[in-house]
Amino acid sequence: MPSHPHIATSEWTLDYPPFFAWFEYILSHVAKYFDQEMLNVHNLNYSSSRTLLFQRFSVIFMDVLFVYAVRECCKCIDGKKVGKELTEKPKFILSVLLLWNFGLLIVDHIHFQYNGFLFGLMLLSIARLFQKRHMEGAFLFAVLLHFKHIYLYVAPAYGVYLLRSYCFTANKPDGSIRWKSFSFVRLISLGLVVFLVSALSLGPFLALNQLPQVFSRLFPFKRGLCHAYWAPNFWALYNALDKVLSVIGLKLKFLDPNNIPKASMTSGLVQQFQHTVLPSVTPLATLICTLIAILPSIFCLWFKPQGPRGFLRCLTLCALSSFMFGWHVHEKAILLAILPMSLLSVGKAGDASIFLILTTTGHYSLFPLLFTAPGLPIKILLMLLFTIYSISSLKTLFRRSFTLVAQAGVQWHDLS
Amino acid sequence: MEKWYLMTVVVLIGLTVRWTVSLNSYSGAGKPPMFGDYEAQRHWQEITFNLPVKQWYFNSSDNNLQYWGLDYPPPTAYHSLLCAYVAKFINPDWIALHTSRGYESQAHKLFMRTTVLIADLLIYIPAVVLYCCCLKEISTKKKIANALCILLYPGLILIDYGHFQYNSVSLGFALWGVLGISCDCDLLGSLAFCLAINYKQMELYHALPFFCFLLGKCFKKGLKGKGFVLLVKLACIVVASFVLCWLPFFTEREQTLQVLRRLFPVDRGLFEDKVANIWCSFNVFLKIKDILPRHIQLIMSFCFTFLSLLPACIKLILQPSSKGFKFTLVSCALSFFLFSFQVHEKSILLVSLPVCLVLSEIPFMSTWFLLVSTFSMLPLLLKDELLMPSVVTTMAFFIACVTSFSIFEKTSEEELQLKSFSISVRKYLPCFTFLSRIIQYLFLISVITMVLLTLMTVTLGPPQKLPDLFSVLVCFVSCLNFLFFLVYFNIIIVWDSKSGRNQKKIS
Repeated sequence: MPSHPHIATSEWTLDYPPFFAWFEYILSHVAKYFDQEMLNVHNLNYSSSRTLLFQRFSVIFMDVLFVYAVRECCKCIDGKKVGKELTEKPKFILSVLLLWNFGLLIVDHIHFQYNGFLFGLMLLSIARLFQKRHMEGAFLFAVLLHFKHIYLYVAPAYGVYLLRSYCFTANKPDGSIRWKSFSFVRLISLGLVVFLVSALSLGPFLALNQLPQVFSRLFPFKRGLCHAYWAPNFWALYNALDKVLSVIGLKLKFLDPNNIPKASMTSGLVQQFQHTVLPSVTPLATLICTLIAILPSIFCLWFKPQGPRGFLRCLTLCALSSFMFGWHVHEKAILLAILPMSLLSVGKAGDASIFLILTTTGHYSLFPLLFTAPGLPIKILLMLLFTIYSISSLKTLFRRSFTLVAQAGVQWHDLS
Repeated sequence: MEKWYLMTVVVLIGLTVRWTVSLNSYSGAGKPPMFGDYEAQRHWQEITFNLPVKQWYFNSSDNNLQYWGLDYPPPTAYHSLLCAYVAKFINPDWIALHTSRGYESQAHKLFMRTTVLIADLLIYIPAVVLYCCCLKEISTKKKIANALCILLYPGLILIDYGHFQYNSVSLGFALWGVLGISCDCDLLGSLAFCLAINYKQMELYHALPFFCFLLGKCFKKGLKGKGFVLLVKLACIVVASFVLCWLPFFTEREQTLQVLRRLFPVDRGLFEDKVANIWCSFNVFLKIKDILPRHIQLIMSFCFTFLSLLPACIKLILQPSSKGFKFTLVSCALSFFLFSFQVHEKSILLVSLPVCLVLSEIPFMSTWFLLVSTFSMLPLLLKDELLMPSVVTTMAFFIACVTSFSIFEKTSEEELQLKSFSISVRKYLPCFTFLSRIIQYLFLISVITMVLLTLMTVTLGPPQKLPDLFSVLVCFVSCLNFLFFLVYFNIIIVWDSKSGRNQKKIS
């Protein structure tokens, strides 16, 4: 077991943090009741109907956590001003938007991953922050980070929010920071929680002196700027522009054909690549771009905190910015922005329209994940289902508020 | 209608469930030499494409009738021909004469499943949506919920998209017929129903109620005036549609006779395999199939069938009403299923369709019936390895019905439409007040038995001496349930008029 990160026996080696490894370990113990063969390390690409059954059921089983988290989130919504019919209540609409989220269904249950319960953890930590149970929220997020480190995308939002709204216990009347209300106790307790969780996760590997290996598996910067299938982010446009310019340059004889590297970015391989016309992009450059992109929302969160709702906006923006400018982003990462945005969409009409654009395009960008012929009707049907439902239900929810003054609609439950 | 978007969502859900079921195995997958219904449909495409019309129903060196010979009326053959043209365009190997026998591939499966989906989308689903929209005295939400439950009915989905058949075409046409006649478009309705009969001859189970209802309407309009005109018009439509469908086969007498021989195989016996009807269940105790000679069996089943459906049909002629028509469809089809000759277990779908139509009127009993009908096909579904889709679709259907109609709150006598019946009985037995309670207990027993039998069939192997034990038990239990439903539906029909007359007297 301890030597797992070392083994490079196949292309699908472990590249998630230790908690996920422990989770798979527990699964393997259940798996042996289904089919012993799938546990053989050298049995690559093994699949039998029992294996399939077990894998699929394990995803469905873990989704129970996701359902619980959705329930907690729905509790945070207060729908006083809407009609009595069940299907028009914001709680109902939100639960359908989250539980039937096309992206999650496709990625988890067809393409196959375990994002359901991970998003459940994230939604649960958000719900806890709304319910002013900050320690729990922080703990859940720390655990989540050690399950899948992609959630680092939204870590700045958590950090700044907890620092600003939890460690500083009170604000001045105009909403700006009151330095004297800083609570060391809270800061220390938060730090302790994060430290303990990290120790639990990375401790064993630190003791075995394997930390560098773990980090190199978690952050594979050698994998190249873009994934094998490009995530629809800024660097995809950048690459496309580079390609177009190089073609034009070749035609107009500005470039020497011998200088152009042979490897192609669109070959579907995961590797490092140099750009021909535009300057090459390093991981540091992407980090700087991402930081610049999230700065405005972080500043807002620090200087003008608007409670949990402001935190949620900042979180969504962090996720989106990291998606747009990150290094080696997977197209599935768009879900990180879509799911929290769903929570905002049943709050205000403006958020709803942004959500609809984001979700429709985001989900459409996931289409290439299902490339088999039988998968085509499924993805079209599910996409139509979700899109039609989301547009029509949100439209029905907010049709009254279009006639009222701006801030009408559903208010978030403010427990303070 | 408002909330059209919810109806679209419901249809999309129905389509998604259908397509996901179709990803499973089909009848006879990987089982040479005979394979199953899937291979039969492919074979018919091969026959109709490669051979001239005159040879479709005849035994010849090119067309071996023992290997899935055509046994449906000509329009099925025309439909197969149409599919064959598309198949030729995509991959001629699929329908090459002789060499394509037992052809199986992922691409071919995709093609065949798509043909079912398209037929469903064009004929059955619009009929269901239109039917639910035309329901009277129901809120829009209930109409949409009704459509959802009908579209989620597991039996039809599993047989059409799992086992592989085209029932949605004939049932869809029958539904258009019901729709037309209920909305007073009698001519179009009859035309649609004639198409249904000509697609699958089993639709004859529904023929009597159609005939009685239309006859009743003619009588009501007066046989010396408009009624007679209507009767003549209907007769013309029926004859014309039959002639059109059978045109190539009316040229020679031998052609027509041979087709009829293929459609009605009277020498195949009282029943085949295990089916949840009276004869098969009776056969467990007394082997009537072997004891009685063939013609006696025919006469016996004929008599029983007609005796059991006579009350409802006479009632329909005398008092034609839309509601009575639907209930008579149920009881007639059920009588045929239980007592008729050479019934297949899939024929329960012919009863399920009318029951789906009365889902909004008696949700509790209809849901119960539809669950039992799916259960009765369990041996067939297990043979096709469709256990998981059956369980999942049945659960989804049950949950949809429970939430849409709150069926467990609608078990009072009035909700079950048994009020007039129990009032009549109470005249003789004053203590007869526990009818709804009995029915609730029966439901519980029925469901528990079905679940237990399913678990036993799946987990335990049958004992050596009785290899068919579980199939027979399933059929027997289903048969008992169906007998109960037959009595129930007949009570509703017969006692319906009395309450109507009493109310008129009072007002």
